[in-house]
Amino acid sequence: MPRKKHLPVDQERLALLRSARVEPVAGRCVQCGLCSYNCPTGVDVRGYARRCLAIDDPRCIKCGTCVARCPRAVLCFGPIAGAIA
Amino acid sequence: MRHHVLVGSGIAALSAAEAIRSVDAAARITLVSDESGPFYSRPGLAYLLAGAVPERQLAIRSKAEVGALRLERIAARADRLFPERHELRLAGGRVLSYDRLLIATGASSIAPDFPGADLDGVVRLDGVEDARALLARVRKAKVAVVVGGGSTALELAEGLQARGVETHYFLRGDRYWARVLDEEESALVESGLARAGVTLHRRTEIVRALGRNGRLEAVDTNDAACLHCQLIAVAIGVRPRVDLARNASLDVDRGIVVGERMETSAPDAFAAGDVAQAFDPALGRAVLDTLWSAAAEQGRVAGLNMAGVATTYHRHVALNVTQLGDLITTVIGDVGGADDPDLVTITRGQSEAWAGASVGTSLVRHDASDRIRIHINGRAILGAVIMGDQALSVPLTRFIADRVDITSIRQALIERPEALASTLLEFWRSREPWQHAPCDHHSRLAV
Repeated sequence: MPRKKHLPVDQERLALLRSARVEPVAGRCVQCGLCSYNCPTGVDVRGYARRCLAIDDPRCIKCGTCVARCPRAVLCFGPIAGAIA
Repeated sequence: MRHHVLVGSGIAALSAAEAIRSVDAAARITLVSDESGPFYSRPGLAYLLAGAVPERQLAIRSKAEVGALRLERIAARADRLFPERHELRLAGGRVLSYDRLLIATGASSIAPDFPGADLDGVVRLDGVEDARALLARVRKAKVAVVVGGGSTALELAEGLQARGVETHYFLRGDRYWARVLDEEESALVESGLARAGVTLHRRTEIVRALGRNGRLEAVDTNDAACLHCQLIAVAIGVRPRVDLARNASLDVDRGIVVGERMETSAPDAFAAGDVAQAFDPALGRAVLDTLWSAAAEQGRVAGLNMAGVATTYHRHVALNVTQLGDLITTVIGDVGGADDPDLVTITRGQSEAWAGASVGTSLVRHDASDRIRIHINGRAILGAVIMGDQALSVPLTRFIADRVDITSIRQALIERPEALASTLLEFWRSREPWQHAPCDHHSRLAV
């Protein structure tokens, strides 16, 4: 689809979003809840981090707010196995 | 039906309760604590102080999750333990009999000893009630003084300043947190504090606190200055709350000495969390960790053993992540360390293992905003301090935990410290090619 000037789309970002998801890094989380508190769609990110599971929730829009807000760099984007980048 | 009595309500006690319930649906679990509210994230208190999260957000389990544990909670102080009789007496006289006991009483902050330390307005931060009280005071306070070291002192200083209180941080020595950080790392944190508006006073200590009608009004300092203030926040270290164990003649050193199943010297009595002193085979000595993840794991192991599932505690490499100034900082393993006049003991979020006695060489890479320091010996990386970009946290944690042999890159690390990051990343990929580069999506996707 051609890019329209009035609707700027970062293609690189979109490609990455399709192939990535938010993951916690083991051993860093102290359950402060800043991630869940700031999630614009209400995903309980902290619950995933506690169990050390990648965020797999239909409400996750991969906006990266939790990644950016976490004060301990617990969360990062990681590739989904088998996804085509 | 086995009766488990857990003393404490922090993450160690909660993890133990969850572990017990996961293997024994019928067990009776009684939790005794002087805190009676929801289970909360103690490290999260820093963000509550700074105004980043409301208090309700700090609850770490939903009501349904807590309900499923079927705990009998008693809001009381455990007064006296009779290990031979398997009895615990509570303040007020009630006596509980147990089959298995867990002591997870945590650590409490040390009171300052300057004259006037008992004035209204001299505060410490141990639990959520302290945080609430502090926030109530902040509304009236104009000027605050912070003394101490480690992350708690810093969080207090930043939190107070963020709440609009003019904050003065007194350091007894020349720099911040000398026990763990090197001079340049201290300087980075100090400049972050200055940017946040905190006024730093070096080689400064409180000679006495002055008040009227029992209420704090000012402090006299060692350089003969008098500073008017309404609040002094003290974070000079914490001590494990060992009284219950010591009075019952359990084996107590700095903390309650525990074996590899988290068992104490008394029959059927276990300890976990900040109060426990666990043996580290790698270090060859028992150490205190005041770390969230260590407390959670110790609680889990203790709980399983209490429920009859034999489980061994493997001490992980000591790791903590904190926001120091405006830099995310990860401290892993043994990083050297110097004397620190600001701290009487260990602080919260610290490990005794960080200031190991090992002889090593420090290598540093530093650019505009990020800094990596690794502490190495002839064969392995012993510890690291990573400030700013955290891409190397995961590889370095692995290298340090596994004592990975770095002989093949040692020379390159020493000769080209400016290429430290790329050398380590390359080494990581060569060892674990199936791993994606740690967080390499991070910088491109984070908002």
